[in-house]
Amino acid sequence: MLSYFARRVWQGFLVIVVIICLNFFLIHAAPGDPVNALIGTMAPTPEYMEQVRREYGLDEPLLWQFLRYAARMAQFDFGESLRFRQPVIDIILARLPATLLLMGTALVLSSTVGIVLAAAAAKFRDSWVDRVLTTTSIVGFAMPAFWLGQLMLIVFALNLNWLPAQGMYSLRAPSDGFGRVLDILRHLILPALTYSVYHLALIYRLTRVKMHEALAQDYIIAARARGVAEHRVVYVHALRNAILPVVTIIGLNFGFMLAGSVLVETVFAWPGLGRLFYEAISARDYPVLMGIFTLVSGMVVIANILTDMLYAVIDPRVVYG
Amino acid sequence: MTSSTHAGGGAEVAGSEPLLNVVGLQTQIRSDRGTITPVDGVSFHIKAGEIVALVGESGCGKSMTALSTMRLVSSPVSVTGGQVVFEGTDLLGLSDRQMRRMRGGRLAMIFQDPMTFLNPLMKVADQIVEAILLHQPVKRREAEKLAVEALRRVRIPAPESVAERFPHQLSGGMRQRVLIAIAITSNPSLLIADEPTTALDVTVQAQIMHLLADIRRTAGTAMLFITHDLGLVAEYCDRVYVMYSGRVVEEGSVFDIFAKPRHPYTRALLRSTLSPGTKADDFVSIQGHPPAAFDRIAGCRFHPRCPSVLDRCRTEEPPTRRDAAGAAACWLEGAA
Repeated sequence: MLSYFARRVWQGFLVIVVIICLNFFLIHAAPGDPVNALIGTMAPTPEYMEQVRREYGLDEPLLWQFLRYAARMAQFDFGESLRFRQPVIDIILARLPATLLLMGTALVLSSTVGIVLAAAAAKFRDSWVDRVLTTTSIVGFAMPAFWLGQLMLIVFALNLNWLPAQGMYSLRAPSDGFGRVLDILRHLILPALTYSVYHLALIYRLTRVKMHEALAQDYIIAARARGVAEHRVVYVHALRNAILPVVTIIGLNFGFMLAGSVLVETVFAWPGLGRLFYEAISARDYPVLMGIFTLVSGMVVIANILTDMLYAVIDPRVVYG
Repeated sequence: MTSSTHAGGGAEVAGSEPLLNVVGLQTQIRSDRGTITPVDGVSFHIKAGEIVALVGESGCGKSMTALSTMRLVSSPVSVTGGQVVFEGTDLLGLSDRQMRRMRGGRLAMIFQDPMTFLNPLMKVADQIVEAILLHQPVKRREAEKLAVEALRRVRIPAPESVAERFPHQLSGGMRQRVLIAIAITSNPSLLIADEPTTALDVTVQAQIMHLLADIRRTAGTAMLFITHDLGLVAEYCDRVYVMYSGRVVEEGSVFDIFAKPRHPYTRALLRSTLSPGTKADDFVSIQGHPPAAFDRIAGCRFHPRCPSVLDRCRTEEPPTRRDAAGAAACWLEGAA
């Protein structure tokens, strides 16, 4: 099993290397000139534009730029942001905790609530509980996050004024201790809910189907035949088996969740990676974009390896070799 | 519906009450295409310590009869009629909770395919312990000891180590032993065995059958043995019920059924079984197919396939005629 995971880590490493290379060319193939974005709105002279281009090494041949980029990447140097003139790694690391907090909350919320509701719906199959939940889940599944987010803003922040609309902290809130935690939590509620809805619907629908499959298995009849009570049949025998494929989907979804963070963080001005990504695109801040790409692909690769390891723990039939 | 005329018997048992007395059991499946009745007025009884066979082709309703007896059917399948009197109690009248206490306690069941009837994510020990804790007033540690004991009882070598394994690490025969161990932990008075050896190798089949026969001998457990293997019936069973298309068409002692079968279906079934003495010319497969689920056949349900069909077989259902040797539902019975 150890050699299997050593191999998986090595493969993951290769994947990241390929992604780093692709990132570079992908971004350079995109339209728009970073020099324009750097200089801003004033009309520059061609000489000045040329000077800026030289300063940032953007006048060199693409291949040469790539080799310099690759050499720096090998030393974990993501370069300097064109916009902030700070090391990319510092900017990303400053934004990472906010995204992890938001994503982690959404991941835990959508997975647990989705699985619990699905198990209940499967136990009372075709009852009104099942119908209401399943119909609602279609709505949740179909609703775009940016639209739902703005709706939440209008209702809970603007009209009802229950929760803050933007950002992660209030300026007037205490800067440390319990008050700060509470302040962040208040800011977290709306984006985390918005973020969760799609994944909750996805996890719910998947788990419900897997529960129906599990409940039709022979070992369920055998459990009933030895006198096991129905709630134990559903929540122990069926649910444990139904959850296995769901775990895989949650792990694979990690990448999609990171992609979704761009929308949600932009709507709620959440100071995380997603918004940084959006800002970097607007500013054509190539180094930041590539840094985020690299970090995100690394996180997805790690998430997949962790999912595999978790699978080995919860399914005794899985043998790695 | 004239289910009363198809009662396979049970009512005539005088003196000692049978352990299990099923009368006019009817099970239906409701679907958008209509209602089908896979078990249509089935009656049988089992006395304490007796091994009774329920035989018939695939789809004749024998497994459904077993599941209905255990009340293990669920929507869209439901038991719609009859009585299942077990140790003096009609199981169909019990609450779900009372029925649960019965299952795996006094009344246990084992199944056809041991590959799929054990939970793949639970250790063998945990699945046995689960059954013990449900039916016996013991603590978990004690239950674990009893679980190993149960494995020893079904002659599993190195029971302590097998207990710690997962189902997929065991062979088919071992898994069936584990299922038997789970079933007999609480010393049931009746064990329903639904084709327990069909999915196993022939040598393993014999071991499992010996084990079941031993359990009957040592613990006095009665068994309802569902099979289509008449060889096993001849070797291990006391009495036989033959089912066709949801009904019991013949019953009798193993000796009578094999020596002088009365129903043409039973005769056809016997002729289609290979044994060492069978010559190729004597082996005859039954022509045609069992009726499909939605077919409604007038008269005797076997008449389209019956070699000795009479005119009245096509229109009138034959009553069950009973004598000292057994019973059969066939118009030839009256004519003979």
